[in-house]
Amino acid sequence: MGYDPQNPMADRITDIGPPHYEEQMPPVIRANFGKWMYHEITQPGVLVHVSETGAECYTVRVGSARLISIELIREMCDVADKHCDGHLRFTTRNNVEFMVDSKAKVQPLLDDLASREGRFPVGGTGAGVTNIVHTQGWIHCHTPATDASGVVKAVMDEVFEHFISMEMPAQVRIALACCLNMCGAVHASDIAILGVHRKPPMIDHDAITGLCELPLAIASCPLGAIKPAKATNEKGEEVKSVQVNAAKCMFCGNCYTMCPAMPLADPEGDGIAILVGGKVSNAKSAPKFSKLVIPFLPNTTPRWPETTAVVKKIIEVYSKDAHKYERVGEWAERIGWEKFFEKCDIPFTIKSIDDYRLAYTTWRTTTQFKFTSHIK
Amino acid sequence: MPKHDTPLLDELEKGPWPSFVTDIKRQAATKPECWDILGQLELSFKDRITHWKHGGIVGVFGYGGGIVGRYSDVPDRFPGVAHFHTVRLNQPSGMYYSTSKLRAICSLWEKYGSGMTNMHGSTGDLVLLGTTTPNLEPLFYELTHDLNQDLGGSGSNLRTPSCCLGKSRCEWSCVDTQALCYSLTMRYQDEIHRPAFPYKFKFKFSGCPNDCVASIARSDLSVIGTWRDDIRIDQDAVKKYVSGDYKANAGAHGTRDWGKFSINKEVINLCPTKCMWMEGETLKIDNAECTRCMHCINVMPRALRPGLDQGATVLVGAKAPILDGAQFATMIVPFMKMDAENDFQEIVDFIENLWDWWMEHGKNRERVGESIQRVGLPTFLKVLNIEPLPQHIREPRSNPYVFWESEEVEGGFDRDVREFRKRHKQ
Repeated sequence: MGYDPQNPMADRITDIGPPHYEEQMPPVIRANFGKWMYHEITQPGVLVHVSETGAECYTVRVGSARLISIELIREMCDVADKHCDGHLRFTTRNNVEFMVDSKAKVQPLLDDLASREGRFPVGGTGAGVTNIVHTQGWIHCHTPATDASGVVKAVMDEVFEHFISMEMPAQVRIALACCLNMCGAVHASDIAILGVHRKPPMIDHDAITGLCELPLAIASCPLGAIKPAKATNEKGEEVKSVQVNAAKCMFCGNCYTMCPAMPLADPEGDGIAILVGGKVSNAKSAPKFSKLVIPFLPNTTPRWPETTAVVKKIIEVYSKDAHKYERVGEWAERIGWEKFFEKCDIPFTIKSIDDYRLAYTTWRTTTQFKFTSHIK
Repeated sequence: MPKHDTPLLDELEKGPWPSFVTDIKRQAATKPECWDILGQLELSFKDRITHWKHGGIVGVFGYGGGIVGRYSDVPDRFPGVAHFHTVRLNQPSGMYYSTSKLRAICSLWEKYGSGMTNMHGSTGDLVLLGTTTPNLEPLFYELTHDLNQDLGGSGSNLRTPSCCLGKSRCEWSCVDTQALCYSLTMRYQDEIHRPAFPYKFKFKFSGCPNDCVASIARSDLSVIGTWRDDIRIDQDAVKKYVSGDYKANAGAHGTRDWGKFSINKEVINLCPTKCMWMEGETLKIDNAECTRCMHCINVMPRALRPGLDQGATVLVGAKAPILDGAQFATMIVPFMKMDAENDFQEIVDFIENLWDWWMEHGKNRERVGESIQRVGLPTFLKVLNIEPLPQHIREPRSNPYVFWESEEVEGGFDRDVREFRKRHKQ
């Protein structure tokens, strides 16, 4: 019996959870669970893990667009059926990994991937740029300030040579979130591409009473910029609504999330901010937040040339200047942020001086600084 | 035949990175609604604004999470995406798939959805992108009955827990992150599927301080594997790194010539605690000074391994900026054993204490990290009955404004001002 629309609760199964993870692991992974001794990256995109049993697992890492079709997943399955006994995995950065249990199986796998018209680029390992973690953007989200898949495609094209090589001082993690909700958590990335709004919300007095709970809309503002107010709708009726103190608005969009009658997206208002120097790993230095170095770049579709140029420039200067093992943020802290702006040719603006909560901790309270071209 | 012209999107078919536009066009051959996905996205590229309406609550009976409603604001022009709901499937821990299972998911999505997916969403779910309201129940029926799979979380609930690949393919994992993730996912199915929290709550589990799943940056409860005893050293392997027989950093710098490996420059001098040194050809570590950052182990994986007394550090309260600004998780429990034998009871007790407090005191749309900010870390430690430790802070407070309570001060706060005036005239 299949689903019966007349009796939707019949035979209902709920809360069974995900499949057990062991079910779908490749045999070499299951057999050596917890026994791995060490790993090496034999060439960009190819890892070998060696077990204390002597077994080896070779992994070929392949970039993907994250937004992918079932047609493409089926092609991935074809590759895995042919070379990997019907198993594959995905990484947290949206790469695909094909695993084989002997060195002899690696080259045929690589050759097969290479024959598929660029759909399966091998790379994303070690001291390079791996896949960009990102959000939905215009393809599926109702609050974005920029697109996601399109910007990522444009940026990855630009930095592709660093995906297929390992010539950076350390790994460079790029992430994109299409609004300040940051479903992609870009706030701790070497280079963060962040969609931002710049206009306060409009108020749809015709719709607000039916769509929104006004106290929730008012409470949603972290800065208290929204107040209750009477307004006149299109029919000339006086309705209960809200007003926005634009001077207090920081364009976070939380009011729109809570109240659809307060849209703030705008073709000219919206665009991209660039933040750099974040990291998640505890290795050497503590995890760091990404810092805002460019407050706004326009949404120049279809390829966001302003954004791609900045990302490329930062990567190139960092690559030339940083020490081995130094992450972007560690490098910027060593040379000083004033030097970072100078070396990367990024104009310093007042928008990079923090004026939000706890801003004081980011102001300089020492006479130690470097003279750069900023000081005339 | 393309249903819409997409001159802007066609530009994204150029360049070496795989093109989602080319992929969607290929899919449109069998799923014609994909033309409408492209058509509406092209319009967004032209208008530079989204064309998805705000919200829309849909789901399957009995669940409050797992499906996100989405409707086009131009349905007349793009009827194929008039409804375009997201279905979140709870991914297997470590994101390993058999092709038979993946193909079954593809067939299900061919039948009931647009044919487009995210592999995977940022939280970890396998995301099926774009279906209609009438398709939800039959899809859910076949998902559970035929595929033995379930939905993940959305809304103010426990979001789908996720983990790094742990011991399955990593030599550094101090915790079986997959077992832990699976066990807690199964235990808390109700919290995943039925929103009852002030706001979202995320679990993420990383096997070591490299934190490949970014738990310290984006999970309300971050569990990061670590060890209490000494780093294991293979001195012969150390010599092979020094002599150049083994590639430093597991070969991660392989395509650039950085010169000969220097253990002083690349390991010892980069150690944040300076707790390592060479005595002749022998590497020494003062383990009592080590903060287990992983750098030396990352650089010499064949010579150094985490110790054997393994467990995890538990941190609480990470989140992205909305609302009160970005927060990393705060270290709360320095070391906790993660014991599969007793179903991870110690962390379960910790979670349930934490939830009891947060569900009572957290405000609407307040992440637990923001609740902690509001009441202060000392209050949070008190309510969780956790002894304060110097490990909880980066440095002691520099302001002297200490909150004393009446019972902590001899004689209490009650005093008589008239008695005071007898000795001290106005």
